[in-house]
Amino acid sequence: MSINWYLLVSAIIFSLGAAGVTIRRNPLVILLCLELMLNAGNLALIGFSRMWGDGAGEIFAIVVMVIAACEVAIGLGIIVALYRRRLPVDVDELKDLHG
Amino acid sequence: MSISVTPWLVLACPLVGMLTIALLGKKLSPRAAGTIGTLAIALAFVFAVLTLVKLQALPHDARVETTSLWNLVNVDGVKIQLGLYVDPLSTFMILVVTGVSTLIHLYSAGYMQTDAGYVRYFAYLNFFVFSMLLLVLAGNLVLLIIGWAFVGAASYMLVSYWYRRDTATAAGLKAFVINVIGDIGLVLGTLFLFKTMGVLDYDQLFAGAQTAFEKDSPELVIAMLLILVGAFAKSAQIPFQTWLPDAMEGPTPVSSLIHAATMVTAGVYLIGRLHVLFEWAPTAAAVGAIVGALTLLIAGSIGLVMTDLKRVIAYSTMSQIGYMIMGVSAAAYVGGFFHMMTHAFFKALLFMAAGSIISAMGGNQSLNNMSGFRKALPFTFVCFLAGGFALSAFPLFSGFFSKDTLLFEVGARGGWYWGLYVAGYIGAAFTVFYTWRMIYRAFWGEPCKEAAVVIESGHAYHPAEHTNPHTGDEDDPSTQEVEDSQVGFPGKEHNFAEKSWQMRYAMIPLAILAVIAGVVQLPFGVTNVLSSFLEPTFADTIVAYEPDNPGLETFGLILSSVIAIVSLACAYWIWVRKPGTSAAIQARLPWLHKLFINKWYFDQFYSTFVVAPVIWIGQWARDSFERVVVDGAFIGGSSSLVKAGSAAVRAIQTGLIRAYAALVIGGLSVVLLYFLVRGL
Amino acid sequence: MTFLFFFIFAGFALAGAAGVVVLRNPFYCVLSLVVHLISLALLFLLLEAQFVAVAQIVVYAGAVMVLYVFVVAYVGGGDKPDQLWSASWRQKALAIGFATLIFIELAIAILGTALSSLGTEGAKLSATYGTPAQIGELLLTDFLLAFELASMLLLVAAIGAVALAGRRGGIAEDEGNLSPRHGAVDTPSPAATGSMAEGVSGYGVTTPLPEPQFEGRELEQPVRAAAEDDR
Repeated sequence: MSINWYLLVSAIIFSLGAAGVTIRRNPLVILLCLELMLNAGNLALIGFSRMWGDGAGEIFAIVVMVIAACEVAIGLGIIVALYRRRLPVDVDELKDLHG
Repeated sequence: MSISVTPWLVLACPLVGMLTIALLGKKLSPRAAGTIGTLAIALAFVFAVLTLVKLQALPHDARVETTSLWNLVNVDGVKIQLGLYVDPLSTFMILVVTGVSTLIHLYSAGYMQTDAGYVRYFAYLNFFVFSMLLLVLAGNLVLLIIGWAFVGAASYMLVSYWYRRDTATAAGLKAFVINVIGDIGLVLGTLFLFKTMGVLDYDQLFAGAQTAFEKDSPELVIAMLLILVGAFAKSAQIPFQTWLPDAMEGPTPVSSLIHAATMVTAGVYLIGRLHVLFEWAPTAAAVGAIVGALTLLIAGSIGLVMTDLKRVIAYSTMSQIGYMIMGVSAAAYVGGFFHMMTHAFFKALLFMAAGSIISAMGGNQSLNNMSGFRKALPFTFVCFLAGGFALSAFPLFSGFFSKDTLLFEVGARGGWYWGLYVAGYIGAAFTVFYTWRMIYRAFWGEPCKEAAVVIESGHAYHPAEHTNPHTGDEDDPSTQEVEDSQVGFPGKEHNFAEKSWQMRYAMIPLAILAVIAGVVQLPFGVTNVLSSFLEPTFADTIVAYEPDNPGLETFGLILSSVIAIVSLACAYWIWVRKPGTSAAIQARLPWLHKLFINKWYFDQFYSTFVVAPVIWIGQWARDSFERVVVDGAFIGGSSSLVKAGSAAVRAIQTGLIRAYAALVIGGLSVVLLYFLVRGL
Repeated sequence: MTFLFFFIFAGFALAGAAGVVVLRNPFYCVLSLVVHLISLALLFLLLEAQFVAVAQIVVYAGAVMVLYVFVVAYVGGGDKPDQLWSASWRQKALAIGFATLIFIELAIAILGTALSSLGTEGAKLSATYGTPAQIGELLLTDFLLAFELASMLLLVAAIGAVALAGRRGGIAEDEGNLSPRHGAVDTPSPAATGSMAEGVSGYGVTTPLPEPQFEGRELEQPVRAAAEDDR
């Protein structure tokens, strides 16, 4: 089947992730929605790689996975640190960096 | 040391003196500063004499030397050099300037001894001498204007020297503003000349003037009239004369140097230097002569009623400069410059002697309080007599011969110049009266209490509080904000000639010269040192008059002598024999007295018609334009614009992560849209 | 057949994604994401990318999500449920609007005529396409730099995570004098150490300076403020 379908699915997942990032308040869930967007990107990459027939897209997708893992580690570390300092784990409350 | 080097050395000496004193001022003791200042000018005098010697070694027809250091401006069509012009006239001037300045520096070393600003004083004085020498030696009009401006600045600094007195600073400002008005005239006149002739060097200017302009053409007349404005302002002629009496707020040696012997003669020098152009524009020359004559009469009349000693001498200066301006405008060059030389001697002497008697009075300058100083201050008295006889052109003194030569040459022109001749002799009568009024009132009669103190103790009289001689307000340092305060007020101790050797040794040469200086140019050609010396400069004069007119000369000599002797006798009668006479005359002609004592209402006229409108315009501009447009719209507007912009930008920084994320996604959608549209 | 499988797996993926966004309890969101990830891995399989699919399950769904589960268990959603829709209607509208806009643009891009070349089945594949052998060969030859950089990144992230989550030595929360906290992200620090917050609030100048605390040692002389006649 044509690649179009996969790309469409990827677009839907990306939009869902984008909506989630702007809607949710819990930073953990925001990070999850960020994962959604990354995965959508991965799907598109794999689709294109299949289209062209070379493995470059797959390598790209693997590297994206690595990056996502690192980012999750750090993000979760931050959230844990926040929790340990007894700060509210809520992005609307954490707004001290304002103008 | 050739003649192309000595004039630079003449200029360099006071400049180096000024820089040394100014830069090392704090570290020098006052005595050292005074010595350096005096020696610098003395050295300049030595170099001036050397220049004279070298000049006279040149052949008679070619007694001009132009030397230049470098080009100031050298572009297409304009070439101006840092160049000096050494000829008999400028050598004459530098000799007079450096000679009299040396003596005045020596006098100041004694007179200003207890002043707290002693070092500053000598720096200013050296700067003044440098500027005057620059003005006189300048080889083109640009350098002359530079020297002219510096001299005005030096005069301002020295007049407002005791700057804690409001009257002194106001007087300095007045002198400066009127000088600047003259500067404007001078610069505009120079521009007019430049516009037609394209050059500003003296030799090229004088050579080309008669071909570039027609005789008495309007452009040339306007240019020369503007230059005359400059000359009048600097030399305190009507209508720019109001600054000179106020400039007496400065210390007496300053009045002696600047406002008697040197700076005020700059106008005379200017007219003499540019005589080629003035003769080619006879209208302008006529204006100059008439203004000179008017000034000498008006100033003489005011001098008859002034009660402040220094102001009497100031008006006398104004009157004598009127003579000189009248003379050089009427092509009486030898007479004019001869009178300038003798005037420098006797007027400087008179100011120095006046300084001595004012010191003995404890700072009081009013003739109403002075009397009977003959026994108290004998040396000063003799100097006053020498200067007074010379000033009043008593026969055989220097002033007699110089004034006579001047008036003879004016009268010999004939025609309407006879009017000036008559005015000159009327002015001579005024001169005798105001001079001897001053001397009789100060030295004859019963000794006043200050004189009594001097006779008894040999010290100057010390008033309980020191006051401003003009307004009588106390010189009170505690009213000033700064603690330190003797700087800016005169020193408490006063030196007069009998006590101070510097003052005496400065006055003696001048007294001698005031008596015998006439010998250089005796009438009937008996001696003609000066005229033959100045002849190369004025050889290109086109004014024709008979040089030999023994009848007129004899008449003039006799008339002068008669006026001098008779007026002296009258003055003696009025002020010594019958002391109530002057009060009676005053009572008979009160309106005349009022006119004279208000200085012919010039000050009031200027204050109403010039000063007040300018102040009003300034205030109106400040309130309407400056506050509203500049402060409000430009500055206020631009700053509030920036503030508003930054406030708008600041509003985006909410700190909310979701908002930022939304912005990022929004931006992404816009970018995608762009690429989509582009690809379609 | 592929068509059918595609729709099933895509449906699960979309359902999982929707669940992440919509569900309230963060734990359920994590589980929903796991479902999504596994569906994606199956989609990768459909695209003949075997190694990536397995890597997705093992690394992503296996390791990363387990980490997530631990953290969610530790932090939790808090006592009150996540106020999912607590944003104002304007913010909701904006968020959903932007997301929809992005989707529409992407859809137009994908389905539009300019990208009609995408409507292909794909190129002819070699036999080793998607196998670990090919991936390994590519990683170590063509994409060596990316490989090394990714490794470095992992190292840095590991160090960072340990540093972030580790216990900070020295000051515990209510112990000793702490300088006033200026904001939420300030870490506790000892008093009178000259931080900006102290300077700004006039600590020690307008408020009294606390006694300095020294662990263990006794001082010979008591510390006192400088007197006026000190040189």
